[in-house]
Amino acid sequence: MNPQALARSRDFDHRGRAWYADRAVTVFVFIGGTSAILFIGGIFAFIAREGLGFVFTEFDAGEFFGSIAWRPTSALDATYGALALIVGTASITGLAMVVSIPFSLAAAVFIGEFARGRVRETLKVLVELLAAIPSVVWGFIGFSIMNSLIIDIFDVPIGLNVLNAGIILGLMAAPIMTTIAEDALKAVPDGYREAAEALGATRWQVIRKVVIPAAKNGLVAAVLLGVGRGFGETMVVLMASGHSINLPDSVFDSVRALTATIAAELGETAVGSDHFRALFTLGILLFLVTFAINLAADIIMRGIRRKGERGRP
Amino acid sequence: MTGTAAPLFAGTSLNARDRKIEWLVRALLGLMTALLILPVVIIMALLVVEGGPVISWEFLTTPPVDGMTAGGILPALVGTVWLVVVALIASVPVGVAAAVYLSEYAPDNWLTRAINLAIINLAGVPSIVHALFGVGAFVLFFRFGTSILAASLTLAVMTLPVVIVSTRESLQAVPRAFREACWNMGATRWQTIRRIVLPNALSGILTGIILEVSRTSGETAPIMFTGAAFFLPFLPQGVLDQTMAMSLHLFVITTQVPDAPEALPFGVALVLISMVLAMNALSIAFRVYVRGRKKW
Amino acid sequence: MVAGGAPNGGGASAEALSAKVVVQNLTIRYGNHVALRGLDLSIRRNEILGVIGPAGSGKTSFLRALNRMDEFIPGMEVEGRITFDGRDIRRVRNVYALRSRIGVVFPLPVGLPLTVYENVALAPRLRGVRKGSELDEIVERCLRRAALWEEVKDRLDSLGSLLSGGQQQRLTIARALSQEPDLLLLDEFSIAVDPVTTMRIEDVLKDLKNEMSIVLVTNLVQQARRLADRTAFFLTGEHVETSDTARIFSGIVKDPRTHDYIEGRFG
Repeated sequence: MNPQALARSRDFDHRGRAWYADRAVTVFVFIGGTSAILFIGGIFAFIAREGLGFVFTEFDAGEFFGSIAWRPTSALDATYGALALIVGTASITGLAMVVSIPFSLAAAVFIGEFARGRVRETLKVLVELLAAIPSVVWGFIGFSIMNSLIIDIFDVPIGLNVLNAGIILGLMAAPIMTTIAEDALKAVPDGYREAAEALGATRWQVIRKVVIPAAKNGLVAAVLLGVGRGFGETMVVLMASGHSINLPDSVFDSVRALTATIAAELGETAVGSDHFRALFTLGILLFLVTFAINLAADIIMRGIRRKGERGRP
Repeated sequence: MTGTAAPLFAGTSLNARDRKIEWLVRALLGLMTALLILPVVIIMALLVVEGGPVISWEFLTTPPVDGMTAGGILPALVGTVWLVVVALIASVPVGVAAAVYLSEYAPDNWLTRAINLAIINLAGVPSIVHALFGVGAFVLFFRFGTSILAASLTLAVMTLPVVIVSTRESLQAVPRAFREACWNMGATRWQTIRRIVLPNALSGILTGIILEVSRTSGETAPIMFTGAAFFLPFLPQGVLDQTMAMSLHLFVITTQVPDAPEALPFGVALVLISMVLAMNALSIAFRVYVRGRKKW
Repeated sequence: MVAGGAPNGGGASAEALSAKVVVQNLTIRYGNHVALRGLDLSIRRNEILGVIGPAGSGKTSFLRALNRMDEFIPGMEVEGRITFDGRDIRRVRNVYALRSRIGVVFPLPVGLPLTVYENVALAPRLRGVRKGSELDEIVERCLRRAALWEEVKDRLDSLGSLLSGGQQQRLTIARALSQEPDLLLLDEFSIAVDPVTTMRIEDVLKDLKNEMSIVLVTNLVQQARRLADRTAFFLTGEHVETSDTARIFSGIVKDPRTHDYIEGRFG
């Protein structure tokens, strides 16, 4: 390095290449960072662009939320009653949660509080693999395996129904609930456990009276995220729920979900038609509901983090 | 225990009843955990048993024939690789930049909170809504048509949170003392990141990318209307072509090809899930390996 | 003592003109907590300035302010004026060039996750040295001056963090020297170092002061006595006094608390 260059590198009035490179990178990563906002905003904007056109013209709130007549392709009198779709989604998600919540929370408690060492690591890996199975494979399992299983066991004419999709969806939503719930349990300071154990409590007593109450918010957030996952799932409900517009009387009835309706019909509509835009309106509904669920879960979890930080020395 | 007004933890020693309850609870929770895990094992076993015989070198290297009731899956395999690679090219730079910003630059303010909320929602928005976005934005607005480009960009937006979150975690695992030592020497933030932080976070970032590959290759809904085709006997020649994909192919031969032999979809599912789980296992193994050779 | 209760302060005195660093009315806060209050102090050329005081007296904050590290520390606020070679450090156009002229050694050695060689070659690389032979020369020179060369010359390619604690601390000194600093800041460098190594480093410092100014923050009063030309005493954010080391240790103090501290009555 020649003396001139050396002197320049030490001159604090001279901004060299490194200074400008740093500035450029700062701008670049800032753009990258804010891109997430850009994308989520873009998603809403593009869905609203198509969907709101429908909302302000053909849309009839009474029909949309009150009628089960989803007849977008009727040439004479197209109707857009989404009630059956909403109920379909709700019934599948509801059953999925009935299946998933107890098992997921049990697994979280077992993995987080009882299992040790190698067993624990293995279970965690298996939960992770459970989460990795693509939804179309789950849908295939519902369509090909669960279907005949349900027909055989319950002696019903068709196995593509609320029960089928609900169980599959429950399995799909389980890993996220288990993982988040286990994190919530882990966030409870060990001091709590030790203090209670020192008083002679059994492990289960400690968990029931100390750990679970302390982790309550995190567990609620875990359940919320599970609901969000189930609510937005597409391929499973498309393949395993029977896909018929119907207000179900029992878990053996076929139903049709919001997501599945979009997936099934989007390919067959003309761009810009009422039907096309009505599907985007369903998208707005899905977007808003999942946004609200995620926001609620985030607010609850942020509350936990705050508390945790304050507690730190 | 229940219903008594006794203090929280009555008694000083574990009595027999408590110990029995403890044992029962433990067994019950263990059983429920096993029941939750069991399906993975059963599904894998079923897929291997039913789909295994279908798989052959020919199956992997020839296109489907006879209305997709016979032949192989080559175009779908190649198409999935195209979709994943293009999605990675789009999402990794943006995702890493976002993670670097959040980990190394972002002050604790409303904008950072908004970014975090946006990331959570990008991950939480239903995949079919991402599909609608892909149609509205990439297919129609940017006029990419139904193409690999449109499908991959849709996948990229959808899986961006995976890259961001895992990269941010591995950046934050690099001790702050290293950064401070560098800053004290007169290194700019970028010099510090490039010379110290990124090299030490690289393995963690790679783990995240592998995970993203796994996620991306299994997605179906986002590509259905943006670039994946039910049946194309040709391999794609460029990013503006449509393509077949493994995930959609599984959907199609399961639900749209009633006279396909029963074992065929099992074979496709086995190949798909093997790809996905292999990637996942790789990322888990990588993570364990990395944990074992920390430099500090 | 200079007028106005400001030891070694003062605007246009000969001291201020010749000093390497002049600190005026420096106050450092972390939120509501005041770490250092109204410090006036100068660092002369080619001296070792000892800074003593019990924990929490603002010594480390002082060093951070000299290097403008407040930029990286959330909540740290710095008021007052610091000049380096007569220039206000808040007004320099390239703060990185400023920092590169100030070497810092931390209480616990921070071996960067690099090889021994790269630890020392990093600063030269940052300022644009690319030639291998030139880097080799700098690395060897700095390691020799930090009294480490003989021990590591055969393992330059192993990780710096694999060295012993004492070796790592000398490695960080070599790294600081590789910046070719005009000012070297040492923050309780001997905390994690064995006595023999401490002595070796102290010998190195005596040598180095011919080429640079050194600020030696220490909780070991005797270390300041052995090394420092002048000694400053900080107490809970207050600059009690600064005086020639010989005077302070011979009991000529302006404030009785200084005497009490070096006699070991508190702290």
